Amino acid sequence: MKQFLIRRFVFALISIVVATFLILCISRLSGDPLLLYANSGYGITEEGEKIIRERLGLDRNVFMQYVFWLGRTLKGDMGETILDRKPVSRIVFLKLPSTLQLGAVSWVMATIVGIPLGILSAVKRGTYLDYFGRFFALLGQAVPQFWLGLVLILIFSVYLDLLPAGLKGDSFWELEYLVLPVITLSWGAMASYLRLTRTAMLEVLDSEYIRLARAKGVGTNSVVWKHAFRNALIQPLTASTLILTGFLTGAVLVETIFAWPGMGDAAIRAVNNNDFPLLQGFVFFFTILFVFSTFITDLLYAYIDPRIRYD
Amino acid sequence: MVDNSNTSDTSVAQVKTAQRSSVISQTFYVFRRWPILPMIVMILLLVTGIFAPQISPNDPVEQNLSFRNMKPTWGQANPCCDPETGLPYENIVVQPEDYGCRIDPEGIGGLECDSIKGRSQYFREKKDSLPRDKYILGGDNLGRDVLSRVIHGARISLQVTLFALTSGIIVGTLMGLVAGYFGKWIDEILMRIVDVWIALPFILIALVIAQQFLHSGGAALYVVIGLIALLAWTPFVRQVRADVLSIRSRDYVLAARTAGASHTRIILRHILPGTFSTVLVIASLRVGQLILAEASLSFLGAGIPDPIPAWGKSVKDGKDFIEEAWWISFWPGFAIFLVVMSLNFFGDWLRDRLDPRLSQLD
Repeated sequence: MKQFLIRRFVFALISIVVATFLILCISRLSGDPLLLYANSGYGITEEGEKIIRERLGLDRNVFMQYVFWLGRTLKGDMGETILDRKPVSRIVFLKLPSTLQLGAVSWVMATIVGIPLGILSAVKRGTYLDYFGRFFALLGQAVPQFWLGLVLILIFSVYLDLLPAGLKGDSFWELEYLVLPVITLSWGAMASYLRLTRTAMLEVLDSEYIRLARAKGVGTNSVVWKHAFRNALIQPLTASTLILTGFLTGAVLVETIFAWPGMGDAAIRAVNNNDFPLLQGFVFFFTILFVFSTFITDLLYAYIDPRIRYD
Repeated sequence: MVDNSNTSDTSVAQVKTAQRSSVISQTFYVFRRWPILPMIVMILLLVTGIFAPQISPNDPVEQNLSFRNMKPTWGQANPCCDPETGLPYENIVVQPEDYGCRIDPEGIGGLECDSIKGRSQYFREKKDSLPRDKYILGGDNLGRDVLSRVIHGARISLQVTLFALTSGIIVGTLMGLVAGYFGKWIDEILMRIVDVWIALPFILIALVIAQQFLHSGGAALYVVIGLIALLAWTPFVRQVRADVLSIRSRDYVLAARTAGASHTRIILRHILPGTFSTVLVIASLRVGQLILAEASLSFLGAGIPDPIPAWGKSVKDGKDFIEEAWWISFWPGFAIFLVVMSLNFFGDWLRDRLDPRLSQLD
């Protein structure tokens, strides 16, 4: 177990380094970033250019620049944004809570709706409830999030005028702002959970020990929740990793549509402004978030199924 | 949706059919047994994609500003004619003089008007008097035909996914074969590469890459295909590797090795054919996701470049006009939805047919 955790940790570090290094290399492809500082037709003296270059570390090669950036980042200083010279770390930490809030609420929604529906769907197989569940999942997996968001805005904001079409409330508890983004973000995840739980549950319900439990007279509720549920939970949990990555991608889309002031929305703006230090900061945190969620999934996995050996 | 409990479901359905063998339940049974609706959608996609220039009623990139955000003519009782007078639109003559305007080539829009209200009224009336039966699904924010853009979008989607998926299959399968067959450190390295790859925030990296190419201009359709290909290959490596691990120790592979066959020959002649069904199933389950990824990139403005009518981009075009002209975003998005749903449905069906073991892939 300990060895496994260490391995996961090393692996996580590699992922973060690769992602940020890739972003640095790619953003250097478009030419000299100095031009971004000295654009708008103003000339720049040779001396001034040299000073700026040195301050930004642009006089070294890409690899050294990366080491420079990494060293500074680990000390908590991620540089300044190109556009308006604000510290990157401040912007990132300003945006991080909104994204986390959206992601966490969506994940909870997806779990508490998707998994029970999946179980019901499996237990009541062949009934209308099952058909409804499967249809619901089929829709959720196919619907493009950006389109779903727009259609929800069209129905609930434009025609029914019930919910706000975007932005975020001042406090956490202004929930009406959260409804549409969360539905948009979590439907796909709900669908995945539902399908995985249903498949796993059907498999488990068909197994020998469940038949034995039934044969010796254990009640249906007990069979479903005590014997089958725990074993059927393993597959959906493993898939959580993928679902959480999906949230990061989804956050970019959903935040753009609903003008949700989170990291995804800001990252898109950073891309459009070619603001490389800011983008680097966002990629860094996105990767950390992802790796962190993978880690938690692994721990949960070990907790639920003690048979799993890590080698 | 058929799933891996296929056989028992089927027998239940058969019993039901026997009990009340009406036409309706027979049809219902056939539709459950075979993926007929998804097949229809997929064939429709193929046909519209291939024959897009012949089918589409208008040029997808031609802009006609009089049709800007124009309502769909489909569903209107008599789209050819004015609802009040019943006259064909072509016969209604709108005179600028009636609105206090004069034709003046020097003026704004070639018009000189007494009041702004009069000008806008004139233009509104003139727009209403144009023949409307052309834009069945309405006009978009630049006065292009939404239907033609959706039809041509099918073509773009097909191109992107076809090329991306093919390259993904080739690269992924090769890596899976090599990793599974040779094992040891090669396996370890390749699988760790896959792990790291999956952990990257793909959409951000793709956005940055696409943006770089857009800054230098041109060739962006190929860039998008390349980007989607970067996303396509990972599941193939994992599943093919798993397959190879089980095939590798079979007797016929051992026999081939004893007979002196080379590694290349064993891999290509004896192991590769055994992975075909897996590859096919994963490919069919993956297509939908790739279409969604391409559309998402285009929606964020980093996908297909501008004059080309891609579905994701059309949704983006209509995003800011959702209150006044919902049809700009709705129809292309609906097309994506329909196609992806059909592909997923078909993929599920194929998986249950060929390889129920893969059911944990979702």
